[in-house]
Amino acid sequence: MIALFKRELLIALRGGGGALTGVIFFLCVITIVPFGIGPDLKLLSQIGPAVLWIGALLATLLGLDRLFQQDKEDGSLDILVCQEHALTWLIFVKCIAHWIVSTLPLVIATPLFGLMLNVSPMGILASMVTLFVGTPAITFIGAVGASVTVTLPRGGVLIAILVLPLVIPVLIFGVLSIDGAINEPQPFTAPFLILCAFTLFTSVLGPLAASVMLRHSAD
Amino acid sequence: MIENTKNNIGIWARLGAWLTHMANPTRFMRFADRTIPYLAGLSLSLFAIGLYLGFTAPQDYQQGATVQIMFVHVPSAWLAMMCFSVMAVSGIGTLVWRHPLADVSLRAAAPIGLAFTFLALVTGSLWGKPMWGAWWVWDARLTSVFILFLIYIGIIALSRAIEEPTTAARSLSVITLVGWIIIPIIKFSVKWWNTLHQPASVSKLGAPSMDAVFLYPLLTMALAFTVLFFCLHFMNMRNEILRRRLRVLKIKSGQLGKGSAV
Repeated sequence: MIALFKRELLIALRGGGGALTGVIFFLCVITIVPFGIGPDLKLLSQIGPAVLWIGALLATLLGLDRLFQQDKEDGSLDILVCQEHALTWLIFVKCIAHWIVSTLPLVIATPLFGLMLNVSPMGILASMVTLFVGTPAITFIGAVGASVTVTLPRGGVLIAILVLPLVIPVLIFGVLSIDGAINEPQPFTAPFLILCAFTLFTSVLGPLAASVMLRHSAD
Repeated sequence: MIENTKNNIGIWARLGAWLTHMANPTRFMRFADRTIPYLAGLSLSLFAIGLYLGFTAPQDYQQGATVQIMFVHVPSAWLAMMCFSVMAVSGIGTLVWRHPLADVSLRAAAPIGLAFTFLALVTGSLWGKPMWGAWWVWDARLTSVFILFLIYIGIIALSRAIEEPTTAARSLSVITLVGWIIIPIIKFSVKWWNTLHQPASVSKLGAPSMDAVFLYPLLTMALAFTVLFFCLHFMNMRNEILRRRLRVLKIKSGQLGKGSAV
């Protein structure tokens, strides 16, 4: 299990590019927003947290097709499916590794991008925390989409179509809890706890569904 | 009590036996050929009664004539959810029992469900304009139904993208079962969130909070829509089976490589 984790990290880091592409895409989204709505700092600081979440969501969706694609191509996916370990666990580990490599950089880059959007320090902190807690859910749900489209030659866009409706709750509760952190009367804890619950829930359901899918597509 | 359980088991066993019996596509085709005319006739007559009752229903004291939109809007929304549930059950049928027709059923139901969801959204929008003053509101119920619409589109896109039917069947089943989570969210969205959309008024325990002049046409229309769904579903399943046979014949005769669209 740990070996698999190390292997995933090493491949992603040595291969290079993967993590950086996500961050650059995130930066692009953040950059085009002021062009689209005008450089009004007050308005930007208001919608800033939401823009951060949308950018992170899109950047995460962008990288999802890499979750199983490479392993399918070089055949190591078949070996994983034939392992004695429960496939669900292996996929869980793969998801975590994928999240660390491709989504954690987004969370780390959030303060910088938040400053560009004139988000208050409290808002930046809240954005980081909610993204840290919420984005794993996107990866876990994305694992289902990635496992379904792994046999397709160009599954990237299809993953986004399939996964997007399912991750909308993550976005809703993520932005809600940031809103609660910035604006006093709204509660922070309730939406934040729902976000945590959602991540935990998908961490079970996502790998399970993906393992069913991969096992079926292997035989 | 024991009698009751025995009876239940009997029903389930008989249903199981019937489903196994129907696993043969040719047998299903014969069954579909026989039942489709009846279903179509029944649906048509129910629609006639329902529409008559609906149009002769008195005007609501608040909503005026627009209340009649309800007789199309509510059944299509119910059917949109029921259709997805039928697809989810078919998904279980594919993954657990590998029933050969479960996959055909899932695939055949998706476009029908999309159509019902579209109908519910459009009629809801038409009803919302005079009542709420807006075509569209980002309200929990509306948004969750819209997400259902997107899920339907995703499933249909996936079913078109994978050419090999057996691979597609598993992918579709997994995605449908995961996507089913939206159904309880839609159902309870009016209860969980404070919404503009009115809460459930028909399926309340005890007496429904709706007058009989509106309730009967609504229920008749709901029944008509349900029968219509099964009629269309059987017809579409029949088409899908024929399409697959054609595909096999084409592969056998070696025509598939010549850029034929299947």
